Amino acid sequence: MSGTPSARGEISALLLDRLAGPVGALPDPMLREPDEPLSDEDLHLSLYLCYELHYRGLPGVDERWEWEPSLLGLRRSLERRFETALREAIPPAPLEVGPEEIDLALRGIAEADQGRSLSKHLEREGSLDQFLEFVVHRSAYQLKEADPHSWALPRLSGRPKAALVEIQADEYGGGRADRVHAELFAVAMDALGLDRRYGAYLDHIPGVTLATVNLMSMFGLHRRLRGAIIGHLALFELTSSLPNGRYAAGLRRLGFGEPATIFFDEHVEADAVHENIAAVDLAGGLARDEPALASDILWGAHCLAALDRRWVDHVLDAWDAGQSSLRVPLSRAGAQEDPILA
Amino acid sequence: MPERDEAGEVTITPYRDGPLLVRGPVRLEDMHGREIAVNRETIALCRCGKSRIRPFCDGSHKLVRFRAPTGVERGRE
Repeated sequence: MSGTPSARGEISALLLDRLAGPVGALPDPMLREPDEPLSDEDLHLSLYLCYELHYRGLPGVDERWEWEPSLLGLRRSLERRFETALREAIPPAPLEVGPEEIDLALRGIAEADQGRSLSKHLEREGSLDQFLEFVVHRSAYQLKEADPHSWALPRLSGRPKAALVEIQADEYGGGRADRVHAELFAVAMDALGLDRRYGAYLDHIPGVTLATVNLMSMFGLHRRLRGAIIGHLALFELTSSLPNGRYAAGLRRLGFGEPATIFFDEHVEADAVHENIAAVDLAGGLARDEPALASDILWGAHCLAALDRRWVDHVLDAWDAGQSSLRVPLSRAGAQEDPILA
Repeated sequence: MPERDEAGEVTITPYRDGPLLVRGPVRLEDMHGREIAVNRETIALCRCGKSRIRPFCDGSHKLVRFRAPTGVERGRE
């Protein structure tokens, strides 16, 4: 991650202060109950920082912090607030479908979301500044695309494991570093004049966006939530190919060519493959192997739909009001140069 | 995912209401024998006819609510 982010409250201030120093016991923070645990700035930056220790690490932070018990204790307290709020907002439903019908149930979740469409807005009328904001939001996940779901691999076996490997191998470029999806996203950022370095925009990205990434990290890192991470991936793939086609069309409307669009075009074709494998072979296969997880699979998908809906509404509400959807607006200096004139 | 008995065997799987997934070493070519580039191990071929990247699937079957069984169809209304 490039640069150290700024604190957004007491917990993130404590974390950032202590992580810069030697590994040792964190004081027990007096955690307040956030008003909005699904998007709270301090809660979600703190969780994001805790999780980053398991991904690429944080600049200047001793790597041994990753397994410091007091930090894991703090993370558990934050996760409890997040998960409790999720289970209140999206009550797990008793499952009424068998493993053979999991794909149909997942499709039903995708079709049930009839809210406003961010991809249609960006295809038809979004401005360049709005597109840049969209890409900055997405960079919180896309620069580590597929990584949260890979945590599930050692927890599966047989058919669902083979299905997840089949998807992830494609996500990671099929053995070609220049085709790794996270790299294609970095290429797109570069083409749009944005800073492609991992974590460069963390200060700009609001809690409502970080929550969508923390959801994957929490599901992925807890074996007990392996059903939820698989349901998350299946719905993610099911709702990906059509919007990515619209994002690519929006970029072409704005005058951009292949370096900017290749990430989105690639996802049209790739996710049209992945969605079938994820819904039928992966989610259906896991439900067959572990019937008790079927309810969690659908809950994980519902959680994705709910947090994505909050994120899209936040972004479109801000734009409707003529405001930036980011926590800190991009300065034109943030865009390195005008990509159209360059 | 189908079981593969022999190395190198190609399997084609119709997914319910979706595309044909092709797994295995295949060469895709047009009617003039010109190769159509395949960029991934597993590919999805359009079955609903509405894709904008034919012969590949782009997910359009969901928009048109394409319906087809995973097995053999025995006539339909």
